Amino acid sequence: MNTLAATQLVAAREVRAKLRDRTFLLSTLIFLLIAAAATTLPSLLSGGPATVAATPAVSAELRAAGLEVREVPDDAAAERAVRDGDTDAAVVAGPTVLAREEAPADVVAALSVEPPVRLLNPTPAEPPGAALVPFVFAFVFLLTSQTFGVQIAQSIIEEKQTRIVEILVAAVPVQALLLGKMIAGTVLALGQIALVALVAVVGLRLFGDSELLNLLGPAIGWFLPYFLLGFVLIAALWAAAGALVSRLEDIGTVAMPVQLVVMIPFFGVIFLSDNAFAMQVLSYVPFSAPTAMPLRLFTGEAAGWEPPLSLALLLVTALAVLAAGARVYEGSLLRTNGNTSLRTAWRERETVD
Amino acid sequence: MLRLDGVDRSFGGRRVLQNVSFDAEAGRMTGFVGGNGAGKTTTMRIILGVLAADAGQVTWRGAPLTRTVRRRFGYMPEERGLYPKMAVREQLIYLARLHGMTAPAAARSTDTLLERVGLADRGNDLLEKLSLGNQQRAQIVAALVPDPEVLVLDEPFSGLDPLAVDTVVDVLKERAAAGVPVLFSSHQLDVVERLCDDLVIISAGTIRAAGSRTQLRATHTAPRYELVVENDAGWLRDHPGVALVELEGARAVFELPRGADEQPVLHAALARGPVREFRPVVPSLAEIFREVAL
Repeated sequence: MNTLAATQLVAAREVRAKLRDRTFLLSTLIFLLIAAAATTLPSLLSGGPATVAATPAVSAELRAAGLEVREVPDDAAAERAVRDGDTDAAVVAGPTVLAREEAPADVVAALSVEPPVRLLNPTPAEPPGAALVPFVFAFVFLLTSQTFGVQIAQSIIEEKQTRIVEILVAAVPVQALLLGKMIAGTVLALGQIALVALVAVVGLRLFGDSELLNLLGPAIGWFLPYFLLGFVLIAALWAAAGALVSRLEDIGTVAMPVQLVVMIPFFGVIFLSDNAFAMQVLSYVPFSAPTAMPLRLFTGEAAGWEPPLSLALLLVTALAVLAAGARVYEGSLLRTNGNTSLRTAWRERETVD
Repeated sequence: MLRLDGVDRSFGGRRVLQNVSFDAEAGRMTGFVGGNGAGKTTTMRIILGVLAADAGQVTWRGAPLTRTVRRRFGYMPEERGLYPKMAVREQLIYLARLHGMTAPAAARSTDTLLERVGLADRGNDLLEKLSLGNQQRAQIVAALVPDPEVLVLDEPFSGLDPLAVDTVVDVLKERAAAGVPVLFSSHQLDVVERLCDDLVIISAGTIRAAGSRTQLRATHTAPRYELVVENDAGWLRDHPGVALVELEGARAVFELPRGADEQPVLHAALARGPVREFRPVVPSLAEIFREVAL
């Protein structure tokens, strides 16, 4: 059996264990509920079209505009319907629109004629909320990579703490253990996001703004490779961090530096998103590229050759951290009594090939 | 045969193994004996490739060990541990598969061994739900489940209840009879005595003695006899060549120089009165160990 087969076995075990973990299942369920609520509740709460009381003379015109029309015999009855709260508005002779506190925009629009408009320098129309899309992506990336990263570290520490690790490293290469865990983490993270995305898309299709959905399509195309490589990079950091600790209680001592490395670039992108130069720099720095480059692509600032270059940089860094993580992992595996310093772990490479 | 040849190892400048060489032969139980910190665990970790040797090498069937070869080894580390929150049967199958077994073969081997150690009905329980003794049984199965070509067990009997010791002894003997070299360390000399064919004694990182049990007895202890006479055996003190080990009234245990004839002592005793008992005493392993290791 080669490293690849061993990696597969390790990854499969990690995935199976996670799929039985109540905490994981519960958190996935909560994410799904949030996604469903966020996409469907706004339109459900805003209610249907306005109801209008009108005499038969104008009712056809209003109905054609998609309003819900209640026919009344005369204008007095129409006014009474509004006063009693039976309808949102009424149209009486004139035509005059009657309403209680606010002018009903859709009723007014149904009765008005708009002049034709010709834009000389048109910008693509952006549905409301579109500007938030890259930030939502960035936030999802941050949240997922942190959650699953911590879990990779925990899984590594658990194997050290329960001492099973010695049996494992006697049977399979250390790299297979590490890679297997990272692959499992990536698969689970992508699976969870895909599920949430599916629910969100279905929600938007059924109840929401399909224009927003059309905008998301190409953005997701770029988000995916950045998410994948960015996740591998952060997972490798967490794996190395986990390898330095031998008890779950001590995870805090190594978690902080890793969290900073992930959080600082994230907030950098959030706060500097209007500074084109800073964003260009951030979109090449491997730790901020997964957030910054999709944002620049979304706003159309990045040139076509930029994403491949920054992805390549990200890939190289991810592989380097992966190799370094594996080395630290090897150097600290059998030091199950107490935490290992980074320097010792780096020097004391133990297992033989 | 599994052979260690001139293995050295230091930790931060402290020599823990020095020129360690010995064999564990196919089909034989080799006991690896030494005090705490003598180097047993380090030696075993080097055999399994979990630690690297600074010098020397380990060979199996004449070829240096590679990862592929080591995957056919069964190992029970001194520091015990399995996945507490994973079902017993499932994790044993997983471990067997990590050693290169196919899924059906791993399942078959797991079921046979669980049956053998009396855990057949606990296979679907989480490991942490098992009693400590049963967890130890599962740990032994973890070493045996890949159907290994070589077995290396670090203190396999510590923590086992007497019943479990018997079961494990039987299983290990079966493996040895099937041609597997079984190398096991222990500080329980009585268990080693009962079990091993060959013996390797390590002390302060060097091998003090290695060979078959009978051969070690012959080389490292002088011939010893027990004599029970009618009255007082005190006269033995002055008998030429006799070194007294114990004397209490009519009973005495003594040693003679290697190769010396014991019959003149018997004649001398008979000349003084009736002899109730006269027999050779086989020295215990503990005595050999004391002789060799200290």
